[in-house]
Amino acid sequence: MNRMMRRLLVALPAAWLVLFFGLPFALILQVSLSRAVIGQPPFTPLFAGGAFQGGLGNFALLLEDDLYLEAILASLGLAAGATGACILLGYPMAWAIAGAPRRWRAPLLALVALPFVTSFLIRVYAWIGLLRPTGSLSVLLQSLGLIDGPLALMPGTFAVAIGMTYTYLPFMVLPIYASLEKIDPTLASAAADLGARPGRIFWSVTLPLSAPGVLAGSLFVFVPAVGEFVVPELLGGPGTPMIGKVIWQEFFNNRDWPLAAALAVVLLVLLAGPIALAQRSQAPTARGLG
Amino acid sequence: MSPRSFRLVALGFGFAFLYGPILWIVVFSFNEGRLVTLWSGFSTRWYAELLRNRRLVDAAGLSLTIAAVSASLATALGALAGFALARLGRFSGRGLLAGALGAVLTLPEVILGLALLLAFVSLDSWLGWPGRGARTIVAAHATLGMAYVALVVRARLADFDRSLEEAALDLGAAPLQVFMTVTLPLILPALGGGWLIAFMLSLDDVVLASFVSGPGATTLPMIVFSSARLGLNPQINALATIMVGIGALAVLAGVWLVHRMERGR
Repeated sequence: MNRMMRRLLVALPAAWLVLFFGLPFALILQVSLSRAVIGQPPFTPLFAGGAFQGGLGNFALLLEDDLYLEAILASLGLAAGATGACILLGYPMAWAIAGAPRRWRAPLLALVALPFVTSFLIRVYAWIGLLRPTGSLSVLLQSLGLIDGPLALMPGTFAVAIGMTYTYLPFMVLPIYASLEKIDPTLASAAADLGARPGRIFWSVTLPLSAPGVLAGSLFVFVPAVGEFVVPELLGGPGTPMIGKVIWQEFFNNRDWPLAAALAVVLLVLLAGPIALAQRSQAPTARGLG
Repeated sequence: MSPRSFRLVALGFGFAFLYGPILWIVVFSFNEGRLVTLWSGFSTRWYAELLRNRRLVDAAGLSLTIAAVSASLATALGALAGFALARLGRFSGRGLLAGALGAVLTLPEVILGLALLLAFVSLDSWLGWPGRGARTIVAAHATLGMAYVALVVRARLADFDRSLEEAALDLGAAPLQVFMTVTLPLILPALGGGWLIAFMLSLDDVVLASFVSGPGATTLPMIVFSSARLGLNPQINALATIMVGIGALAVLAGVWLVHRMERGR
């Protein structure tokens, strides 16, 4: 391929990303250092009259008010909980699929990925109908006599955890399956020949060899879950102040763009490590999905 | 418990968890009563009311248009980026390109939405363009979609047998001819799949659209989201069922196409 063509090939997507990815993130940094004002745009310029006007005031404010620290901790905790629940639910599913007869594996995997074809928003909406006190699950459990009063899960933190587990479960199953499928079956039979019981084989052969899949899946669940907005907004009440929700409120309700930008910068810094790790383990999963 | 029955239980429970809520929506969309969660008889009245709801029908039209345009843009840009990453070897900025695409994939939507909005507002004050509305939603969705398309195209090119292209070159085909007759047909499924992913992402997005949209442009997910915030609404159940139906049909059509293509070989 000649040089001209090569340059053109890279230049188009690169230019797009500079405009709609590089510039936006430079601006988020800039706005996080400015102050909120009433006007259009609702923040002060960084340089006025040739002098630097920015400051770390927004970040100081984030440290002063406990609300923000609480939101960050709640987000990390909830994301970790959802990740754990996804492992507990997703690992057995991935293991069962990897052990199924060969012709069943592809259709079973397709069934795991298929909920993605329906709208994410709609699937979260369904949980409102299932979980709220007058909802279908509550009616069902009461008529079975399993609970006395109406189900008191929604709105609440536990409902958010269920919603996030539900939303991100396929992200966990697919990479774990990919790593289980790669394990050489002769290793398990060698362990069995040497006298290991099935439980022992699982703990000392299968589980360690599938750890990369568990790690990849955990990152794919944890990273988006920390910044999640839709699930806590619909299933959690005012008692679950997750960071994604707080950014949204600062931006839309308080119109404090600089504070929202500062929170976004904090979230970015928190997620930089996990995101970098997730990028490394991305390629094999992409192949599974494509 | 024997391993076999444990496997069945794990799959049964997992699939019940994944599909139960979807089934619930479909069943209750045919419920007669206004109380969405209590069954009171079969009816299709909510479908009729849905079709009479101008606001929803208009928003659906806008969403489909935005999804089609942004998915096409995303496919073009993502294919170029995926091709560059898989085929051009080392070039300056390669790491940046791959990193930016990966970051778009993994970043929380709230951050991406806020960042894009700031960019649109600044561009608007510098150039008087692009304003805020359908146009900015298309640009935001194209950015998200291109990252997925690039991922799929790159994975497809990495798996693909280069000797086919080399054979064509050896037989005297010009590079462009090789691309059109060998490379393109082989990556076509990835392009189609990528377009579909970008289309679905756009049709489903509420966060990016809420940030970058202006007064006049309200997409379907924005309406669904604001009514879900107020609680349940039987019309939304009906709408959801229609969307599930369309999704299922699209999957069936895809499976059928793949089968036909494989039999044709």
